[in-house]
Amino acid sequence: MSQQEPIREMICISCPLGCHLSLYKDENDELTVTGNKCKRGVVYAEEEYYAPKRVVTCTCPAESEVFPRLPVRTTTSLPKEHIDALLRAAYALTVKPPVACGEVLIENFEGTGVDLIASMSLGAEQ
Amino acid sequence: MHCEGREGMKELQYDVLVIGAGAAGLAAALEVSRNNASCALVERESHLGGILIQCIHNGFGLEEYKEELTGPEFAERQVQAVRAADVDIFTDTTVTQLNAENDRKEAYCYSAVYGVLRISVRAVILAMGCRERNRGNIRTPGTRPAGVYTAGLAQRLVNIEGYIPGQDVVIVGSGDIGLIMARRMTWVGAKVHAVIEIQPYPSGLTRNIVQCLNDFDIPLYLSHVVSRIEGKQRVEKVQVSPLTNGIPDEENSFEIPCDTLLLSVGLIPENELSKEAGMEINPQTNGALVDATMMTSIDGVFSCGNVLHVHDLADWVAEEARRAGAYAVRYLRNERPKRQIRIKAGANVRYINPAMFDPDNPDKLYFRSLIVKNQAKLQIKLDHKPVKEVRLSHVQPSEMLHVKLKPKDVAGWNIMKDSVLEVSIE
Amino acid sequence: MASTDAAAVRADVAIIGAGLSGSCIARQLSAYELDIVLLDKECDVSMGVSRANSGIVHGGFHHNLKYLKSRLEIRGNLMYDRLQRELDFPFKRCGILVAALNDEEMKYIDHLYTQGVENGAIGIEMCSRERMFELEPKLNPDCVGGLHAPGGGVLEPYRFVFSVVESAQKNGVEVVTNFEVVHAERAGERYRIHAADGRQVEARYVVNAAGLFADRVSEIFGAEEFQIIPRKGEYFLLDRATEAAPQRVLFPVPTKVSKGMLVIPTVEGTVLIGPTAQEIEDKEDVSTNADQLNLILDQARKMVPKVSQTDVITAFSGLRPALADGDFYIDISAKAPNFIQVAGIQSPGLTAAPAIGEYVKDLVKKAGCSLVEKADWDPYVSKLPRIRDLGPYEADNLVNANPAYGNVVCRCEEISEAEIVEAIRRGHTTLDGIKYFTRAGMGRCQGGFCSYKIIKLLIRETGMSYKDIQKCGAGSELLRDAL
Ligand SMILES: Cc1cc2nc3c(=O)[nH]c(=O)nc-3n(C[C@H](O)[C@H](O)[C@H](O)COP(=O)(O)OP(=O)(O)OC[C@H]3O[C@@H](n4cnc5c(N)ncnc54)[C@H](O)[C@@H]3O)c2cc1C
Ligand SMILES: Cc1cc2nc3c(=O)[nH]c(=O)nc-3n(C[C@H](O)[C@H](O)[C@H](O)COP(=O)(O)OP(=O)(O)OC[C@H]3O[C@@H](n4cnc5c(N)ncnc54)[C@H](O)[C@@H]3O)c2cc1C
Ligand code: SF4
Repeated sequence: MSQQEPIREMICISCPLGCHLSLYKDENDELTVTGNKCKRGVVYAEEEYYAPKRVVTCTCPAESEVFPRLPVRTTTSLPKEHIDALLRAAYALTVKPPVACGEVLIENFEGTGVDLIASMSLGAEQ
Repeated sequence: MHCEGREGMKELQYDVLVIGAGAAGLAAALEVSRNNASCALVERESHLGGILIQCIHNGFGLEEYKEELTGPEFAERQVQAVRAADVDIFTDTTVTQLNAENDRKEAYCYSAVYGVLRISVRAVILAMGCRERNRGNIRTPGTRPAGVYTAGLAQRLVNIEGYIPGQDVVIVGSGDIGLIMARRMTWVGAKVHAVIEIQPYPSGLTRNIVQCLNDFDIPLYLSHVVSRIEGKQRVEKVQVSPLTNGIPDEENSFEIPCDTLLLSVGLIPENELSKEAGMEINPQTNGALVDATMMTSIDGVFSCGNVLHVHDLADWVAEEARRAGAYAVRYLRNERPKRQIRIKAGANVRYINPAMFDPDNPDKLYFRSLIVKNQAKLQIKLDHKPVKEVRLSHVQPSEMLHVKLKPKDVAGWNIMKDSVLEVSIE
Repeated sequence: MASTDAAAVRADVAIIGAGLSGSCIARQLSAYELDIVLLDKECDVSMGVSRANSGIVHGGFHHNLKYLKSRLEIRGNLMYDRLQRELDFPFKRCGILVAALNDEEMKYIDHLYTQGVENGAIGIEMCSRERMFELEPKLNPDCVGGLHAPGGGVLEPYRFVFSVVESAQKNGVEVVTNFEVVHAERAGERYRIHAADGRQVEARYVVNAAGLFADRVSEIFGAEEFQIIPRKGEYFLLDRATEAAPQRVLFPVPTKVSKGMLVIPTVEGTVLIGPTAQEIEDKEDVSTNADQLNLILDQARKMVPKVSQTDVITAFSGLRPALADGDFYIDISAKAPNFIQVAGIQSPGLTAAPAIGEYVKDLVKKAGCSLVEKADWDPYVSKLPRIRDLGPYEADNLVNANPAYGNVVCRCEEISEAEIVEAIRRGHTTLDGIKYFTRAGMGRCQGGFCSYKIIKLLIRETGMSYKDIQKCGAGSELLRDAL
């Protein structure tokens, strides 16, 4: 197998060691991983390969003098292919204070089960 | 709180003054007030939380709150706690002068709201954070056009004000701020063409390399420098050179057209106020030299957070600041360590904080490695005799490390007045 | 800079170039019953040679009196105390030392001393090694002796120009910025002067004080042919906390091409080291170069060994607008009528500037312009308070009167919101304009902390769009887009 070219290489970020992982496919289309120093490396590689996800943090326009942008984030990690759409949706929102940290701004984005929430409170302004 | 006017200027008295309301100042002030001392918290900006407010990404709070938060969320939890406590908060107020040589210390503060305030206290906690190194500090030659920003300034412009400084970006420095900004600029529609790092290894967290660069195929040039900036009015391109024996190799240089250069080339503790007050500085950290109680060379003046040494994690800032707060209150009660010995940075250790050790109250030590290594070993020696060893799975200069000594570690030590504790990495 | 829309301006005198020379000329002429316009191609005044130089009021010993520049230097130096009282700009007669590092150099000191005495430089003194170290303990221990000229000093050149221009404006001079003179023709008794953007100004007399571009402007007016050769000088600026700060300006023994690499305690407390001297071709090339910057550090350490590269907060360069013979060329043109040349104003142009003003005033008269004194000429400008210079009690009073003085915007240089707003109201509406007027952004963080605050103040005060905010003039817009 070592002669075979890896189909992907990646760095495991599950701990500070940062193992350089090589991913291979065998005859049965099963994924094998080398370079990991522990089992978490395999789990990481499988998820990154089959269903990569990211927490997205950005800002929405807010009707506020002091903070014209409200920081927002996804509740959990979002499948990567939805990120661009989420960013566009977030930039297109306009939030009117008051808003509380944790308040849901978009629920169940594109059916992913992931919400977009405010990550800062903005009080009402006079 | 005691307030009196003299010649019109407002005068206030407290037990403790905390300067700066970032992660450090907030944690310190809360701890002071929990210990029933009166406390003023002075912050130059109109918001509390310091740099956290512009760090809208996640990666905060895993130790403090056992969950992953963004910077503003982390700050908000701290702020709520401080607002609920008995702390007098002064925002939009800048401390411009500190007279700390006497038993009662005085700080002059400028504010559009309060005018000039004189705050008189018995102890001061410095929590002013740091500033970014800039183009002049790294002496990049070339023209001086618009379009050169420090990464933190760009972060502020994008995240808080909502402005996009440029469309075609090159980033100097692979520290976490630079990496986070690479992703942020991409997510606001700019093209990040490259990250240029002078060291042979990246100086940010691997997680950020993966999620902020690799995710977007942004190339990282290690052992390279931006050797020239070009463009008359606005940046037009930069020249990038590989380093050979530490010198930019002109022959193998190449150009990257861009309109924006973001500099993420390190932070410097903001100690001008403290230096003017006569405080001794550790040249390795540009922060104060502190003893085992986080007290600086000036009696009754304590230091914590980024103004003491540049931290990677807000959680550790908060932890350190809490200790500074607690020690400041003990100082008010005249509880000082019975004895302290010197701590020295040994082989492969850039610095260690604090610089003194109290054997009767062993506590956490923060330090940074000079080397990159997996399966390293931390070696602690007392007067050249090994007294403790700790395995470290991975060390690198950009990741701060810590070790906590326990009373049982210290129990058998033969400590003399001039004993020295040496910490090294193998 | 607050400037007039010049669509139909008719004046008696047009001065091209609002640097040290042009502004001093304008102020001097503003004492007479004349309509005067001061034109500059940049977005603000003092953005040419007068923005990047050593800022030294020279001591009067470097050049022989046979040169016009030397005579104007001596005269100009003496005019500064009165100007400071009238115009309130930062200026300090800190004195100058020239340090000899060996006996060979000491011989040259002899020569400088004799020259200084002949020139009438006040208080000039030959110094033993001991005397030198008494005056400056931070000197290189190899110093064998030197020269002390107590009459030398330092000032912030652009601040000086801003004050001079303000005074000129107060006395009726019109300032027109972003006005690049590209063409001129005679229209009867006048010149019609055209700007690149189509605006026009008419004037009976024209003064060419265009610095590096004086040759070009002379050509535009069909006057004498000559060539300005730019000679670049690069600098490092050191943090005010540096241990290398001397008490006085330190000169090495000069070389043929320049006065050598200096260590200058600026009037604002920072330290400037440089300049280099390199002939170049492009008059707009104010880039800095790695080899030159290394040279500066090496040479500066020869004066003060404590100079450290960790103290560097920024680097910049300026171009000396030199003529081949090295002297100033100030005269009535023999070819173009009523056209006065002020060219080749390299060092000591700053020192000489007030005297250049006087000298040109006389030439304007000689050219036939009648000068009638104004009865109400006012030499004073109002003093602008700066919180940095005030004690806490004074500052408190100021803040009570105007709370914006309590809002510290630039932390490194301690500049308040009120000072920045004042700069904006006086027409400094670019980041560089505000920086040179107030010093905000000139300190150790170089604008890292305060730029966004200044951008917000600019938007608030002028109502301009974020897209129009510039560092310095068209093309230097800072923000490309908004979310
Ligand atoms: C871009 C970036 C990304 C980061 N990412 C992470 C991360 O993912 N996870 C993590 O845990 N940590 C992260 N950190 C680190 C962490 O956020 C910081 O180390 C921490 O917030 C520093 O706190 P501080 O209180 O020491 O400094 P600051 O937050 O800088 O606070 C200092 C405060 O003092 C005030 N001040 C200064 N001088 C005066 C004066 N004279 N008078 C009055 N007020 C004054 C300032 O205005 C400021 O509010 C990041 C930091 C940065 C910059
Ligand atoms: C490196 C260096 C160090 C120096 N150090 C010292 C010192 O320590 N002491 C000292 O006494 N002197 C010093 N000098 C000399 C001094 O700086 C100059 O003599 C002085 O600044 C020249 O002023 P100026 O008004 O003649 O030229 P400038 O300041 O260049 O003014 C000319 C103006 O004309 C404008 N202009 C040009 N073309 C046009 C056009 N076509 N239309 C409209 N406007 C135009 C330009 O924009 C510019 O603002 C130094 C010079 C340099 C370069
Ligand atoms: S594979 Fe295991 S040891 Fe290696 S980086 Fe991942 S979690 Fe760490």
